[in-house]
Amino acid sequence: MSGCGAAFESKYWSGDMKVVMVEKAVIERSGATGEGLSAINCYMGQRYGWNTPEDFVKYVVNDMMGLAREDLVYDVGRHVDSSVHLLEEWGLPIWKKDNGDYERIGRWQIPIHGEAIKPITAEPARKAIGQENIYERVNITHLLTDANDPQCIAGAIGFGVRENKFYVFKAKAVLITCGGASNVFRPRSINEGMGRTWYSVFSTGSAYGLMIPIGTEMTQMEHRFVPTRFKDGYGPVGMWFQYFGAKITNSKGEDYTVTREAELHKYKPYGLVVPTPTPLRNHQMFLDIKDGLGPMYMGTDKAMQKIAGDDPEKMRKVKEEAWGDFLDMTISQALTWASQDIRPEVTPSEVVLAEPYIMGSHSGESGAWVSGPEDLAPPDYFWGYNKMTTIKGLFAAGDGVGAAPHKFSSGSFTEGRLAAKAAVNFLNDNPEDSTLNDGQVTSLRDKIWAPLERFEKYKGASTAEEVNPHYLTPYQGLVRLQKIMDEYAGGTSAWYTTNKPTLERGIQLIELLREDLNKLAARDRHELMRCWEVIHRTWVGESHMRHLLYREETRWPGYYYRSDFPDLDDSKWRVFVNSRFDSETNEWELFTKPYINLIK
Amino acid sequence: MPTFVDPNACNTCEGEEQGPLCVHICPNDLMKLKGDKGFNQEPNMCSECYACVKLCPTEAIHVRGYADFIPLGAEVQPHRVELGLTWTIRFRDGEEMEFTYPSRTKPAGSSIPYDGFTEDPIADLRGQTLAGESIWLGVDSLPTFASSV
Repeated sequence: MSGCGAAFESKYWSGDMKVVMVEKAVIERSGATGEGLSAINCYMGQRYGWNTPEDFVKYVVNDMMGLAREDLVYDVGRHVDSSVHLLEEWGLPIWKKDNGDYERIGRWQIPIHGEAIKPITAEPARKAIGQENIYERVNITHLLTDANDPQCIAGAIGFGVRENKFYVFKAKAVLITCGGASNVFRPRSINEGMGRTWYSVFSTGSAYGLMIPIGTEMTQMEHRFVPTRFKDGYGPVGMWFQYFGAKITNSKGEDYTVTREAELHKYKPYGLVVPTPTPLRNHQMFLDIKDGLGPMYMGTDKAMQKIAGDDPEKMRKVKEEAWGDFLDMTISQALTWASQDIRPEVTPSEVVLAEPYIMGSHSGESGAWVSGPEDLAPPDYFWGYNKMTTIKGLFAAGDGVGAAPHKFSSGSFTEGRLAAKAAVNFLNDNPEDSTLNDGQVTSLRDKIWAPLERFEKYKGASTAEEVNPHYLTPYQGLVRLQKIMDEYAGGTSAWYTTNKPTLERGIQLIELLREDLNKLAARDRHELMRCWEVIHRTWVGESHMRHLLYREETRWPGYYYRSDFPDLDDSKWRVFVNSRFDSETNEWELFTKPYINLIK
Repeated sequence: MPTFVDPNACNTCEGEEQGPLCVHICPNDLMKLKGDKGFNQEPNMCSECYACVKLCPTEAIHVRGYADFIPLGAEVQPHRVELGLTWTIRFRDGEEMEFTYPSRTKPAGSSIPYDGFTEDPIADLRGQTLAGESIWLGVDSLPTFASSV
């Protein structure tokens, strides 16, 4: 979404500049929204007087237990309605009330029939930027820095997934609109179901895997999102809570929001604000599950019967809405229901806490530390260009921007637009050409292709392609990463819990994995892509663990627990945790940046 | 294996400019040709996003749900209709339901970038306003809290 927003916006302002978009798949179905959406989750409704951007900032900061960049969140909030109205103009079906106003399913959420939200978004982007400027099926593996200044961007490098081609893009400015990371933690389903993670399996953490290695300052990489979702199919629950009025109960019929109410008082002031922050709602359910009170069921039956009463027409409508919620967005959940003969008006449905995800667009806030907008950002948060990272000329949007969560699809699209416009201003002010570092390009070229060569060189050493002492397949690398993260960084099998010694051991193991990833082997370019995906995911995993270790408190119970620091500590830790990796010394530097309250 | 191709129905998208459409569209580079038929080469990386299923001109692609947790026998299959999809849902016990939802309110290809936009690409470049916001923001002026900072 952010890439298409950036492409669309950039061409309006950029005059004669050459703008290209590089995409690993095809823009009509790429990224997390390619599968479709059943709601726009970030809409202010300023024209209806529903919310102001100030309201949005207050909500987001509290949902993040006190930590978000208010300038960045406000910036998305004040612009996002224009993006939603444009999407509607381009053909997105948004549900309407009888008076023509948008329907609402929550304070910020409007329901849509969004199975085609991505092709609808991609079309004007493709038209605006021009077919000749779109490179698809190109896997960008690394960013390039300037020969004269490694703190300045010079381009990006990668290979053709479908063609035997090596791509070097020389650029004065680069905007990262790649995704956050699924499948860093071992998912609950580990065979075919590994593809049905909640967050898109196509989101391979490239936003971070590209930026971290060149020394981009990152923020809040310890943060994660653990969604509560319908079990296994990962169907969304928001519409059930907010629109149908359903409740989750444990096997004794208890509602944890009632029985666990006292827990909220432990996390003041955030826990006492309505709505309860997402991690604390998770925390309440988690305590039920840990106490052996599962399974947890969403009472779809009671909710639908209450809405429809004895009216068959009302029941027809609510069934159509309920199934549409999945079919527009998470089709596997519909298949899960049908396969188990679950009729939601008759049978309640299991919900679970999923495995952790590291992302910056949804309820996660990991990403790059970027400059805020000129008219909103205090001096500590401003260095010239909106959404520019600490690398000169490198911009980010969507999952790539940290401390700016709750953007979702519409906000990511908006942030791409904001970053693109800022990049045009940067280019006007900095017209000098970038200089490629030839040694860097040559070395990366060899590194990028190495897994193909390694397979050819060593395949004769074993009668089994999958068992060879000279290499790992990308899948084997992925499974190793997932096991380390799950067991040492607080995944599902560890009850989301970790501590200092466990993290230190996990970091030792992930350092060994990072060495072994130099011995990945690929049989073809498809597997070569998987090699670079697992390398990107491993950067995310390592960064996550180092941040988890640094923040000595439990700020987001329900997402993770530091057993050695079980409490939230605002006196010391209401600060952002930032990090920088130094490729020269192979060392990570971690430090804090202040949280600045701007909306009183 | 999440998506699978019925070999009797696959015609390799004969005549399609972009080649086999499942190969063209798959967001995760899973679909390829095996012999002269479509084939999902990596089922455990399939999100069951249905991008290929929705696009297949002969409805040759179906989904056999994840073996990890989906019992056999059910099917959820889309059929393209004007500006939308009709879904057939077959339960394991054989009951069938059908729902139709719109995908778009306007035909594909009908968008006009920057239609009626009034921002000046040079004079308004330094400001905070995005392209088209004079029409599409929905309120008279862009909010800012600069005065209270």
